[in-house]
Amino acid sequence: MLAPLSRIISPKYCYQITGYLIPWLSIICAALMLYGVVGGLYFAPADYQQGDGFRIIYVHVPAAFLSLMIYTVIFVSSSIYLIWRVKLADIVAQRSAALGATYTIIALFSGSLWGKPMWGTWWIWDARLTSELILLFLYVGYMGLRSAILDTNRAAYAAAILAVVGMIDIPIIHFSVEWWATLHQGATLAKLAKPSIAEEMLYPLLAMIAAFTFFYITLLCIRVRLEILKREFKTQWVCTLCT
Amino acid sequence: MNSVRKRRLLFVILLSGSSLLAVFLVICALRQNINFFFTPSQVVAEGTRKGVRIRLGGMVEKGSLTRKEGLQIQFQLTDFMHQMTVIYSGILPDLFREGQGVVALGYLTEDNVFLADEILAKHDENYMPPELVKMVKSKNGL
Repeated sequence: MLAPLSRIISPKYCYQITGYLIPWLSIICAALMLYGVVGGLYFAPADYQQGDGFRIIYVHVPAAFLSLMIYTVIFVSSSIYLIWRVKLADIVAQRSAALGATYTIIALFSGSLWGKPMWGTWWIWDARLTSELILLFLYVGYMGLRSAILDTNRAAYAAAILAVVGMIDIPIIHFSVEWWATLHQGATLAKLAKPSIAEEMLYPLLAMIAAFTFFYITLLCIRVRLEILKREFKTQWVCTLCT
Repeated sequence: MNSVRKRRLLFVILLSGSSLLAVFLVICALRQNINFFFTPSQVVAEGTRKGVRIRLGGMVEKGSLTRKEGLQIQFQLTDFMHQMTVIYSGILPDLFREGQGVVALGYLTEDNVFLADEILAKHDENYMPPELVKMVKSKNGL
């Protein structure tokens, strides 16, 4: 039963299958992005209170969502690495970290741009903003720890433990707006009930979230392929690629 | 699952569990201090000392906003239980208006007036086009 699974997680097979997937993933990403950008910046009406300023939602919310999702991906693959020592899981975690950090920076920066005119301040130490900043430090710390240890297996083990411990920040970020009185508003989308956003604003937003997710998956595939080549450069099948 | 992997799984669970416990204890210890602002009811109940800088959050009561000379304004900040008079002079954020949630940073004077030197507007999670708001309002009016 485990035979096909072990084939998929073998670096060689993974290298081949991501090679086929990348063009399709990029096309889906571009289509979603086009609809999201045109629908969000042009067709969606202005907000009743914020006017056109609300349009930052089309960058801020997808980036913030991805910053949490990518950390969850790192946590899951780190756990898999810690238990089963699957090399591919470690590669996914390693190559996701910089992408997650970038999305976190985008979320913090776009939120800051919005916060100045709307709230009246660039930055405030409320629970949501502070916990998101800690997430950025977690990503940076994760990357720093990896690069500080030269041996690949030891670096993978140490970084995986850091990733598992750091996971605690994710529910804190998500629930901070419910548990404490924060300046940041509550969740618009995460409720199971009807989202508190008009439909013509909602669909481009969902498209942007999907587009950002596909963008992450595409970049991750490319980066995982690169890392596989880097780690397996002595093997037979990599050598045959070059000839 | 063999015994080595079982042991590793236990290790991951213990690691997550202990970090969860640690953070839970920290949050319990800090409890009130993580709150970004006090409400007028909390200030009345706990009797905040005069002259101590705090953040006061609530809603700008409708019809209570008065503009004085220059940029100075005065309004009632309410959480629908208690209310406080706030005086502020300076630039207001875009979202500041009557009926809107705001957070004021400042201190309580001897005569129970809150002197603010910074006002932040709190945005809610609702997004809708202006036409829809008019429709909702006219429906409620009927």
